[in-house]
Amino acid sequence: MKILIKSGRVVDPANKIDEKLDILVVNGKISKLAANIDPGDAEIINAAGLIVTPGLVDMHTHLRDPGYEYKEDIISGTRAAAAGGVTSVACMPNTSPVNDNLAITKYIINKAQEQGSANVFPIGSITKGMNGELLSEMGELKEGGCVGFSDDGLPVINGEMMRRGLEYANTFGVPIFTHAEDISLVAGGSMNEGSISTELGLKGIPWVAEDAVTARDIMLAELTGAHLHVCHVSTKGSVELVRHAKARGVRVTCEATPHHFMLTDEAVRGYDANFKMNPPLRAQEDVDAVRAGLTDGTIDAIATDHAPHHIDEKNVEFAIALNGVVGLETLLPLTLKLVTEKVLNLSKAIALLTCQPAEILGIDRGTLATGAVADITLINPNKEWTVEADKLHSKSKNTAFAGQTVRGYAVRTILAGKTVFER
Amino acid sequence: MSFSPKHILGIKNLTEEKITFILDTAASFKEINTRQIKKVPTLRGKTIINLFYEASTRTRTSFEIAGKRLSADTVNISASGSSVVKGETLEDTAKNIQAMHPDIIVMRHNASGACQYLADRLDCSVINAGDGMHEHPSQALLDAFTIREHKGSIAGLTVAIVGDITHSRVVRSNIYCLTKLGAKVRLAGPGTMMPQGIKRLGCEVFNNLEDAIRDADVVMMLRIQRERQGAPLIPSVREYARFFGLNGSKMDLAKKDAIVMHPGPVNRGVELGTAIADGPQNVILNQVENGVAVRMALLYLVAGGEKLNNE
Repeated sequence: MKILIKSGRVVDPANKIDEKLDILVVNGKISKLAANIDPGDAEIINAAGLIVTPGLVDMHTHLRDPGYEYKEDIISGTRAAAAGGVTSVACMPNTSPVNDNLAITKYIINKAQEQGSANVFPIGSITKGMNGELLSEMGELKEGGCVGFSDDGLPVINGEMMRRGLEYANTFGVPIFTHAEDISLVAGGSMNEGSISTELGLKGIPWVAEDAVTARDIMLAELTGAHLHVCHVSTKGSVELVRHAKARGVRVTCEATPHHFMLTDEAVRGYDANFKMNPPLRAQEDVDAVRAGLTDGTIDAIATDHAPHHIDEKNVEFAIALNGVVGLETLLPLTLKLVTEKVLNLSKAIALLTCQPAEILGIDRGTLATGAVADITLINPNKEWTVEADKLHSKSKNTAFAGQTVRGYAVRTILAGKTVFER
Repeated sequence: MSFSPKHILGIKNLTEEKITFILDTAASFKEINTRQIKKVPTLRGKTIINLFYEASTRTRTSFEIAGKRLSADTVNISASGSSVVKGETLEDTAKNIQAMHPDIIVMRHNASGACQYLADRLDCSVINAGDGMHEHPSQALLDAFTIREHKGSIAGLTVAIVGDITHSRVVRSNIYCLTKLGAKVRLAGPGTMMPQGIKRLGCEVFNNLEDAIRDADVVMMLRIQRERQGAPLIPSVREYARFFGLNGSKMDLAKKDAIVMHPGPVNRGVELGTAIADGPQNVILNQVENGVAVRMALLYLVAGGEKLNNE
């Protein structure tokens, strides 16, 4: 089985490549990158005018399977990934039951392999049942395929428990993903606290709810020497804390979501629950800080926090709507928008979507190196299209970008040499 | 001018001209309430549903009487006696009500934005009778009406509002309404009850009652909810009353002819001392009286206003 991807602009930051090349794939692996490769008996895919990158890696998703298949399942979630040019996703453990045991981890991996359209790398829970009391069996879970641990959505409130989680995960060489949020400061809030929450009469979530726990967890990483990954940084303060920690040599990485670098809490006017997420959309100065963090390398990855919810969970009063938005199918154009807006150059943008998250997850993806698994995305960077919620491949349609015209999408997504999505 | 809005969801998006028009319309209705036969046929054949998800005596009764004096058929639905307890969504409840073809739904709801939510989904008119901590437009309009009656005009007045600003929809609507009409608005309350960014709505913020009411023309006291006692917001009603209650000789700081207002119901001895609550400066019952006229005006305008006369 040979395919030749011809004449595309290959952007592979892992190998510092950005030039017009052909890629020869043999038996699902990258065999050769060079100009004008002789096709021989290979199937030819014409990539002239397209950008060819390693398959994108989204290190933060919720696939809702098992337990909440009415929102999303592994089949629909990975189909949405493929449609977005994403070939690898890490999925959070807040399923039902929680992914705190080998049986669930195996279920996720097997279902993805048998019926999915993308690689799925489970993230196990730090504590059993995500209830903050007992450590999960991280050793066995890592052997089973978990790439990290998180109680995402339910922050580890107890400081000692977080410390022990970091120490124990570090024993097995995997990171802890912190959802940094002081629930006591959230105090029932449903949007960013500020003049807009005051005006709308919605209870606010102050920035300090995020920053305080980011600071605590960074210090715990410093104390323990473990690798801390800060999920979805959304505040000026969090970006600053990570920047300083990195300068001190703390093993900390972080990610940002497209909605946090594209939207502010102004979007909540109108009370549309598709603008309700956690962390909430913040103020302009926070958006500016997240963008600056992307530019200067403080932020290591762009991840979606893809959080499908059924329309019945969103089409309600703002205060009682569930948090979260889908993102897999808008990740690429929103990231490319940062290139247009000169926040990032193309190579840096692709690095944030490929090799950098792959490195944090410790997975051998996000690269077009010879011998690597041939996960490849072909991108038309100029195609303008309008986001239509109904046309998303995800089971849930809770996008924050409905009706927006964006530019660029994946025209072909290749998983281990096999085309899993094409348009 | 002529003004017949589809909905009344808040004061924020009303202009000074429109607010004044509503107040003038209310003035023309006020006299009906003191007639021997307190009824005009203006809204005959119209159906008004008062959909109340929160307990309310004053506002609901006021809307009901306003509707009845205009000859509309009014129906009251309160959350405790409805399908809400069976878990029906707001949208489903509203659509079921709409299927019975009301002309106007007057809604009070504990969620901010709930009236907007309804207006976005229904064909009939929606009047906001208080949504969460967001707006309470009819209250602000009756307050403005009352101030205008006592002071002649609102422009140039200083209005102090004291209490739990954070949780008050009355404050938000009043800030919009009074500043659009040219008053200066001062706020006072404990720091735990003063929301972030409130100054951006165009008011001054004080952390003691005395500075806020000094030389004020109007002092508006907000109801303090006893449930908030002991929660992180205030240590005790006793301490609250001492620092933020309008009592003793504190009113001497305001202008001599200042008036005292309260949206009700009053907690005597907490935010308002009994001597002041019953004193000559209080206009609290005028507020209630004017509430009916203002709500008649809102129902009339939403139902079509002048167009009604030609039907």
